[in-house]
Amino acid sequence: MFRITGWSFIRLYTILVYVFMFLPIVVVIILSFDTQQFASFPMQGFTLKWYAELAQNQSIIQAFKSSLLLGTLAALISTTIAVPAAMAFVRYSFRGKNSLNTLLLAPIMVPEVVLGVALLLFMRWLQQPKSFAMLLLGHVMLTLPYVLLIVQARMVSINNVYEEAAKSLGANPFQTFREVTLPLLLPAVLAGILFAFTISFDNITATLFWATAEHQTVPVRIFGMLRHSISPEINALGTVMIFFTIMAPLTAALLIRYFSKNR
Amino acid sequence: MTITHHPYYMKKINWKPWALLSPSLTAIFLLLVIPILFVIVYSFWLRAPTGAVIPAFQFGNYARFFEDLFYPSILFRTIRVSLFCVLLCLVMGYIPAYFFHRSTSRYRQALILLIMLPFWISFIIRTMSWINILGANGFLNHFLMKIGLISQPLSLLYNEAAVLMGLIQFLLPFMILNIFVSLEGIDKNLLEAARSMGCNEWQAFKEVTLPLSLPGVSAGCLLVFVLTAGTYLPPMILGGAGNEMIANLIFNRVIGTLDWPFGSAISVILLLLLGTIVWTYNRYLGINQLFKAFKGN
Repeated sequence: MFRITGWSFIRLYTILVYVFMFLPIVVVIILSFDTQQFASFPMQGFTLKWYAELAQNQSIIQAFKSSLLLGTLAALISTTIAVPAAMAFVRYSFRGKNSLNTLLLAPIMVPEVVLGVALLLFMRWLQQPKSFAMLLLGHVMLTLPYVLLIVQARMVSINNVYEEAAKSLGANPFQTFREVTLPLLLPAVLAGILFAFTISFDNITATLFWATAEHQTVPVRIFGMLRHSISPEINALGTVMIFFTIMAPLTAALLIRYFSKNR
Repeated sequence: MTITHHPYYMKKINWKPWALLSPSLTAIFLLLVIPILFVIVYSFWLRAPTGAVIPAFQFGNYARFFEDLFYPSILFRTIRVSLFCVLLCLVMGYIPAYFFHRSTSRYRQALILLIMLPFWISFIIRTMSWINILGANGFLNHFLMKIGLISQPLSLLYNEAAVLMGLIQFLLPFMILNIFVSLEGIDKNLLEAARSMGCNEWQAFKEVTLPLSLPGVSAGCLLVFVLTAGTYLPPMILGGAGNEMIANLIFNRVIGTLDWPFGSAISVILLLLLGTIVWTYNRYLGINQLFKAFKGN
């Protein structure tokens, strides 16, 4: 008796949680096609004009460019420095290893507001104005821990006999890394780059502290637009972002699959 | 063990891991550790009426925070909202995590991916999406009026409940993932043993599954609390005036009134609050539990 009622309750409950999670997102997409000036129910008709307006909006296009550049650079830099760090943590034992590992993961636990204030304060003390370079450094710090976690997890599962074999065959450490470790690590490196890109692309709170007027990211731009009111144009932008942020990981998952099959 | 037998003294210091670590460590020291030390130092300094920062050590900024009830009430609200959020995420997250754990559906993997999907969607989009639902002309009011339950739109936006909606939608995947990873780690033999000793489904859950899932539950709760306590966007967009949390206060002091020392002092107070909680957690449960869910991903 319990089995049937209990399990169906669990199922229904889970469905309701899905509704809670997805209803707002679905509504954003639906309202982006509404003809009214202000996003509201009931809908008055179907139009694509908000998307057309979006494509004309220079400040949003500029923000997209900034976000893309920032996310790509931050992802590449943080992955480049996280891979050797992951190797150090997995392949060597040294004093203070656990504390240092926790320190590198600290940006996940420190509130973004504090990260934002701290870096801005330090840069001010150094008498450096806000700039794209500072924004980029900030985003490297924000993304580094996530890349480290992903790469480290993969590194643990790679048996180091392959590296030992390469070394005994006369490869130097760099050759060993290039020919053996990196190919085995490639799925994690790609996942790390992608994850870092998404974290950077989404970041809002810390970015509000660091962004300059000419280097506004897409979320900062949306934040500015929300001060007025919610319009179908914001919903259209939201829909584009939803599409973009869902497509990126899916594409990457397919790429990773493709790469690991060909090995 | 005498000191000479300690492994670190037996071999020479290996410089290789330090070379590999140096770029990351340099980055984290320059971008995180030193800047936070500056925040701590600034929190004791003085702000002149002209706006200049005077390097004079005093506790005035902290005294100002606790002087009247305004600032402590925001701290109190932050803690209250965080606790509510933990509780609601737990209530809303455990059952779906259990569902994923026990489901034999061939769509199980897809369903897990689907619940993680909002995690990829931009935070600001997810937060603002609630305006479409809770607003005066939003989905919920429209729906309730359509079915005749209400005749006037309710004001559902710009209150603490609206902030909680946004927060839960943001944080629920973290909770579900943590509990799910913990449930998946339970040895299936233990359940079999419980069943063979005469436990029914519910008893087996209560005696075996629930206690063994507590590490994941606690990790999820800690993560949700920490992330809520530092939150800026949902109170800003869904809370409106009178619902600020401590992060909003810091932002307003630093960016709005350029009061760096006071903003720094509030940042230190927030760090101390979270530091105490994380330290206590680490002392009794170990911080490593927290990163399991990320690694399992």
